Amino acid sequence: MKSINKFTITLPSRSYNEAFARSVVSSFVLQLDPTLDELSDIKTAVSEAVTNCIVHAYKDYIGKIYISAEIFSDNSVQVKIRDTGCGIPNVAEAMEPLYTTGGEDRAGLGFAVMQSFMDNLKVKSTIGKGTTVTMRKKISLRAGKNATL
Amino acid sequence: MSVNIQNAGQVITAYISGEIDHHTARNIREQIDAEVELNQPTLLVLDFSDVTFMDSSGIGLVMGRYRILSKFGAELAIIGASPNIYKVLRLAGIEKLAKLKGRD
Repeated sequence: MKSINKFTITLPSRSYNEAFARSVVSSFVLQLDPTLDELSDIKTAVSEAVTNCIVHAYKDYIGKIYISAEIFSDNSVQVKIRDTGCGIPNVAEAMEPLYTTGGEDRAGLGFAVMQSFMDNLKVKSTIGKGTTVTMRKKISLRAGKNATL
Repeated sequence: MSVNIQNAGQVITAYISGEIDHHTARNIREQIDAEVELNQPTLLVLDFSDVTFMDSSGIGLVMGRYRILSKFGAELAIIGASPNIYKVLRLAGIEKLAKLKGRD
């Protein structure tokens, strides 16, 4: 599968960057002419991953969030969101729906949303080194599609 | 993001507009909780008609308000959620906690 286009950005883990991060990824994905539903799914998944970096990885300080997105020849997009924060002790447990260490106003559904709204989700984490979330979604091919790639 | 809260006796309606994420949820939560704690309604209606985006922070917002309302036997209703927002709410089984009415 051939890589067609890619971008990388680095943002400080400030909560106001949640909106910026999802907007920038969704602008990039527009090149594949997604449906509004597909775009909304990607925006929501990105928002969850970036929020995890802010709330969990860099809980007590501001760190860097590395975001990259890559478009492939099969009309899919891969989004990678990486931090160099505290890491997740038990990834399987963290991915269980409703599991949270974020207090009573966090639903514990971040990974469940990513899993359900994207086609594929991979989480790699090392204690003290950080976490990388890799998500992939295939954008539908429609008749009369207006993709720019 | 903004919240416009209307109080009609026993029913408080919070009209939320804009995007609900971890950054904006805190402010929404504080405004609603202040009104709920002061007036102890029998029903809190969250009107999502003008919400353009919501991630799981919105679920946290709904679940947290449900917990507060349950303490004094009040109910929660959610109206006007778009299909995309409804999809996020359903992941958490919110329909078991609140009365849901989508966009017409």
